[in-house]
Amino acid sequence: MLVLIGAMLVTVFIKAWPSFAHNGLSWFGPGGDVDTQLRAMQEVKALPGHSIYYFRAWPLIWGTLLTTVLAVLLALVVSTLAAIFLTEFAPPALRRTLDPVIRLLAAVPSVIYGLIGILVIAPYINNHLISNARKASVGYVVQLNGADVMTATLILTVMILPIMTAISAGAFAAVPAAWREGSLALGVNRWRTIWRVSLHAARPAIAAATVLATARALGEAVMLAMVAGGRGFAPNLLDGVTALFEPVRPLAATIFQNSEGLTIAPLGHTIYAIGAVLLVSAAMLSFGGWAAKQRFKRYGVRT
Amino acid sequence: MTPTAELAPGASRQTPAPPPGTAIARAPRERTGSWPLVDRIAYALCWTVGIGLCLIALGIVLFMLVKGVAYLHPKLFVESPAPSPKESQSGGFLDPIIGTLIVAGVGIAIAAPIGVALGTWLAEYGRPSWLARAVESAIEIIAGAPSVVLALFGLVIFAQGYLGFLSQTAAGGGVYGRSFFAAGAVMAVLALPLIVASTREALTRLPDRLREASFALGRTPATTVRRVLLPAIRPDIATGTVLGLGRIIGDTAIINILLGTYLTLEKVGNVPVIGTLRGTGSTLTSYIYSNSPAGEGNAPHKAYAAAFVLLVIVLILNGIVTWLTNRGGRPEGGGLSRAFRLIQYTSRLNWR
Amino acid sequence: MDPMMPPPVRRIAVDRDPYIAPPRPLGNGVAPAAAVTTRLRPTKTASALVRERMSIESVWLAYGDNWVVRDVSLPVRQGEVLAMIGASGSGKTTLLRSLNRLTEITAGAARTGSITLDGQDIHELEVNDLRRRVTMVFQQPNPFPMSIFDNVAYALAERPGRGGRRRRRGSEIESAVTDALHRAGLYDEVAGDLERSALRLSGGQQQRLCIARALAAEPEVLLLDEPCSALDPISTATIEELIVELRESVAIVIVTHNLQQAFRVADHVAFMHLGELVEYGTSEQVFDRPTMERTRDYISGAFG
Repeated sequence: MLVLIGAMLVTVFIKAWPSFAHNGLSWFGPGGDVDTQLRAMQEVKALPGHSIYYFRAWPLIWGTLLTTVLAVLLALVVSTLAAIFLTEFAPPALRRTLDPVIRLLAAVPSVIYGLIGILVIAPYINNHLISNARKASVGYVVQLNGADVMTATLILTVMILPIMTAISAGAFAAVPAAWREGSLALGVNRWRTIWRVSLHAARPAIAAATVLATARALGEAVMLAMVAGGRGFAPNLLDGVTALFEPVRPLAATIFQNSEGLTIAPLGHTIYAIGAVLLVSAAMLSFGGWAAKQRFKRYGVRT
Repeated sequence: MTPTAELAPGASRQTPAPPPGTAIARAPRERTGSWPLVDRIAYALCWTVGIGLCLIALGIVLFMLVKGVAYLHPKLFVESPAPSPKESQSGGFLDPIIGTLIVAGVGIAIAAPIGVALGTWLAEYGRPSWLARAVESAIEIIAGAPSVVLALFGLVIFAQGYLGFLSQTAAGGGVYGRSFFAAGAVMAVLALPLIVASTREALTRLPDRLREASFALGRTPATTVRRVLLPAIRPDIATGTVLGLGRIIGDTAIINILLGTYLTLEKVGNVPVIGTLRGTGSTLTSYIYSNSPAGEGNAPHKAYAAAFVLLVIVLILNGIVTWLTNRGGRPEGGGLSRAFRLIQYTSRLNWR
Repeated sequence: MDPMMPPPVRRIAVDRDPYIAPPRPLGNGVAPAAAVTTRLRPTKTASALVRERMSIESVWLAYGDNWVVRDVSLPVRQGEVLAMIGASGSGKTTLLRSLNRLTEITAGAARTGSITLDGQDIHELEVNDLRRRVTMVFQQPNPFPMSIFDNVAYALAERPGRGGRRRRRGSEIESAVTDALHRAGLYDEVAGDLERSALRLSGGQQQRLCIARALAAEPEVLLLDEPCSALDPISTATIEELIVELRESVAIVIVTHNLQQAFRVADHVAFMHLGELVEYGTSEQVFDRPTMERTRDYISGAFG
């Protein structure tokens, strides 16, 4: 079985190689519209002046970074608060309800999140949060229609919340009672006790949870394909808040949406190249998570 | 207030009677009114988040319930999808349901035996140790890989020439690579880490005296595993399997890549079962995707109906898992329910 | 005294001699062997300096329906050490914890009677305020997973500073930390590196760190719940010496299982049994001339 996995890894990289070979490191850089490039490959008609493999993935990478980083940050804050609520402040009845609630949120398939996103949240944002003036301000470049970074980030946050909350809550519950009692006995109120002692002790677990959540967010393809806008557009931060309303198409979603083209030569190689990038990122995240845990062991804090 | 020593030496004291109930004060919760403002804001935020989560979950369930009841029609369960721009004529989702069952069946049929075997090997034998560690790392990698990437792997494998018997081979010799076999196999890989993990944990938690008793009766390790240990952890194996099943049923990316996007079942060849397995089709998940505004069709009502059915299936599976874990009756730690700790270890394996 | 009952402490009871401090332990906490065996009873603080800080009046405490402390009344005075002795389950720890309202963190705790601090009912004070004025050291040392400095400074950040609401980590905090470490007798041993993790200290040092932490907030009353039960004799000796030194500035209440320890450090002793206060008096009275039979039985080791 190990041989199988090794063989798979090697094969994917072999299939991905032509794309990298033809583009070099600027594969990762900006340069032209990704959608045009992909379409060109699909029709096997090279763009003028470039080889058939011409591909600049930066808009996709930028889209992935934006949604993932924003979602993970938001989820970090919210899940820490939720975990603290669950272990400290919630009355027993509410605590018993929150268990199945979090399990339910974790169990909902991503298509359903995507469906709700595109049929409910995106139109809502389109109609209520994006003013016509905003649409006009970027209308010459891209159409805003509610399927954008903000929607994608919000739903992605809800999707990765359960994992992070569960792990964080476990860590908070495992903080030795002696520390809590000692802190309370010194006259420090409950919130500060949590903030300064429990949080400190739970840091390794929260770091591990963040890494897991990032890996999950990176790999989310379906929901983002439905909700993030489907256009390989790189939101321009100079647009200010409007940048949040611009469509993106993260890496995994790109693979998902172009899956029919996997057998056509240049498109296939490009998609495999994207897949290879995803795989390498996931591996680096795992390693990063392990390294973060090692660092926290220094303080004698339980991991 | 008189210290008792002032009583006459040697005098006995009556045991005093407890005070009347009216004088008793129960311990109050620490009032937050006296906290500094920052702390009070934080406390309010915690409550907001807690209630908010409940509301979100409630919202999702209620919304799908309303939409599903509005658009669900028994007819949908028995009709096959038919291409049509008009929603009322585009048929139901019989094929997707069959497709879901087939994929889930194939996936679990492959994953369960292999998963239990691997889990048992890791927990009971685990030698040579470098191999055991390598296998563990491999399982972690699989668990952490996004399903799109696994699907890509799968396509690479199943598009090889010599595996053409598992799917179609086009006229020019190019293997199509997409079929229920392929999808089922990759789904099995998806479910594998969950089954392996639950088997391993369950076996490690079994007390050693079970094994010792069996060995003392002269049984070999293999028989012990078969006759004693595995039956003892049947609920946990079931839990892992159902969790894997839930993951399989909820996945769309693999279906999209390895099963194509045709909504109806297409057989390949004429052999009854194998033909279907070699063919393509769809599942509820890809059906929902196709019918949503993001897919080709634009039949949101059908999408809602199918989504409702899917959600109900997933919730039932989750309910089964909860029932199975609570039946175990093992002591919990840290004041969190067992179901909750289940999320922790499945999330370590990246749910989807 | 009944000649048939050997009082266990008579051999070392020499309360007419002045207090002689044993040599201070050297760098790594190893004291010369002589220090342990020549503990002498400390002289009393001059009576003018003794003043009552807390007053416990007819207090009943229960967990659920189970009355753990029944109708206890005691004074707590600054300038002297009050030791509460008794067998397990006598309610002494519960009574101690009620002095800083720590019983409230357990659900279902009930109380009646009044406890006052400087005349004010403690249940009317803000609870965290109270706990800064009446601090506690626990049986198991529980330093936080932070550096030594941060541990001692922990409670300091919460106090409304003298010159403003939030103290920055400036000389004010540093001097308070050094003071506390000096008072706890730990400074010499850790002065080299205050940023070390507190979890690396030995058991006795950790307990002294907890005492320093409790002292940093300059409390009025210090509660000690069997502070030496988890420590070796040398650390115990150091801490007992500490307790005796501190009594002039802080009122001290110590709960202990160890009768010899109570004899060594206490000025007043309260003997509790099954929730009731059986006997209260000066340590000479209780150990040498107990008035109640139960006290005699406990001190002679007939039970407990």
